[in-house]
Amino acid sequence: MADGDDLPRMDFPLDIPCLKAGAMEGLHPFLAAPEHQAKLGFPGELLPDWKERALEKMAELAERNRAFQVYLDACVKCGACTDKCHYFLGTGDPKNMPVARQDLLRSVYRRYFTFAGKYFPKLVGARDLTEDVLHEWYSYYHQCSECRRCSVFCPYGIDTAEITMAAREIMDSVGMGQKYSNEIIGKVKDIGNNLGLNPKALRATLEDLEEDLEDETGISVRLPLDEKGADIMLITPSADFFAEPHIDGLLGYAKVFHEAGVSWTLSSYASEAANFGLFIGSYENMREIALRIRKAAQDLGVKRIVFGECGHAWRVAYSFLNTLAGPFDFLDQKYPIPQHILEFTWGEIQKGTLRFDKSKNDHIRLTFHDSCNVARASRMGDEPGGQFEIPRNVIRAVCNNYFDMDRDTTHESTLCCGGGGGLLTDDLMELRKKGASPRMAALQQVSEDHGVTHMAAICAICKTQFSKVMPAFGYEMDSVLSVHQLVSSAIVLTGQETGDDEEGADPRGETA
Amino acid sequence: MSYQVNGHTVEHDEEGYITNLADWNKELALEIARTENIEMDDERWEVVNFLRDYYEEYQIAPAVRVLIKAIKKSMGPEKGNNKYMYELFPYGPAKQACKIAGLPKPTGCV
Repeated sequence: MADGDDLPRMDFPLDIPCLKAGAMEGLHPFLAAPEHQAKLGFPGELLPDWKERALEKMAELAERNRAFQVYLDACVKCGACTDKCHYFLGTGDPKNMPVARQDLLRSVYRRYFTFAGKYFPKLVGARDLTEDVLHEWYSYYHQCSECRRCSVFCPYGIDTAEITMAAREIMDSVGMGQKYSNEIIGKVKDIGNNLGLNPKALRATLEDLEEDLEDETGISVRLPLDEKGADIMLITPSADFFAEPHIDGLLGYAKVFHEAGVSWTLSSYASEAANFGLFIGSYENMREIALRIRKAAQDLGVKRIVFGECGHAWRVAYSFLNTLAGPFDFLDQKYPIPQHILEFTWGEIQKGTLRFDKSKNDHIRLTFHDSCNVARASRMGDEPGGQFEIPRNVIRAVCNNYFDMDRDTTHESTLCCGGGGGLLTDDLMELRKKGASPRMAALQQVSEDHGVTHMAAICAICKTQFSKVMPAFGYEMDSVLSVHQLVSSAIVLTGQETGDDEEGADPRGETA
Repeated sequence: MSYQVNGHTVEHDEEGYITNLADWNKELALEIARTENIEMDDERWEVVNFLRDYYEEYQIAPAVRVLIKAIKKSMGPEKGNNKYMYELFPYGPAKQACKIAGLPKPTGCV
């Protein structure tokens, strides 16, 4: 497997590469095993009559989801999206131009479902569905992170991610699923989270972290689990219980809740914010995962649901939770349903509940990576653009040295980290590194111009992806931080010894 | 897909994680480490043994921070840190050390 040593060295993040036809051809992430497929209700392996089934599924999707059909029919090949994809910029493969990638499916749709395609296929670029085409789909629809940057620039508003999701759903329905996403969805159904972290292990981890918090602050800060009658249930990605720097963000949430004086709890049954049902375009699986959150909220009798730092989870929560698992009429209607942890923290900052020593983050010169699903598919707060401003407001409240990256690579034009949409798997490492190149070039610019040393993120996938790929671009793996990690470092809890006499506290705020 | 150890065949998945956890033994660990270009020494064995003990108790690998805390206790602060863990296991203490310890790969956004 190539390890991405031939990474493009980009002078500018949006430099258009020389075309390299076929550069990423044949890239084929591991197939889901029959047992992974079965848990999701999909055939275990490629069915003998896969072609008929695939076309039936395509017809069903076009019928059920009129937007999908419009997206298939409406593209006029204007080319506005061609250079907007980080995977195209990073690989130079023309099939990673969003219009070309979509056309892998659109050409088949045209062949079987349009008049011109049925009778004059060559004239309209329509093609038969063959096994080669199916494998081409599998390859290139796993070179799209469903980040929707290209959609921002489409004059027709075609949601390109919907095409990728539909392609993946068609492939799942004929027995050709991706191991990474489908194995994980199975674990959520069996155990409650992507990691497979059972309640006993989760409880032990949280108790261990409570010890760390007490050692660090001298204060008893709790990480409650399954506590009935708590006001708030926190739904956070299970990576927050496991990985660095995610776990530092979890400690930040706990400190904020503690200082705000609210009662809160985690749930072992709904111990996952992520919902990979979105990534594979499966409404049924997305709904099943979302319903766990509803059940946990009812069983625990909470009044509010708050989501931790997870990009696509916030899209599913903000945009779809009510239709997937609502109505949430049993929750306290005075609060947003659901609420983002950054909305909560920003609210407390505005109320003056939280006290910070910003100098604790003075060894850091920071920028912020807008996560695609938060930026382009959701909002925070009551004002347009709140999903951009609230994270920056919180960062500025806890950190003195903040610099934005090039405006063409932030806010709604943010570049994907390169690992989103079900691609955060080791068998796609070369693609992940190449896809990260545009973001890394933007980061390098602010490093040169402003001495930026660290980048904060609010998505578990972004954090893991960057900690893995940043070393290939000359940064330490711990140059990516959780936003609530910065909050955690700067917050001064009531009654906490500030420890100003200690020299050289490390970036994670630990004392050796 | 399999490892060959002392005339025995041990199946593994596409990424080298053994499929039947009961197949694990120290010779197999050495063989997996060899394919990963890792030379097992006392420090690495300590990590692998801790992972196995933790897994036996909790049926999952520990959080990286929990592992590091344990190593800090036994080996001291200069070795109980993330950087040193990556020196021991360049592909990450969670994934690469789990593979050698015969445990399943941690999945999810990690």
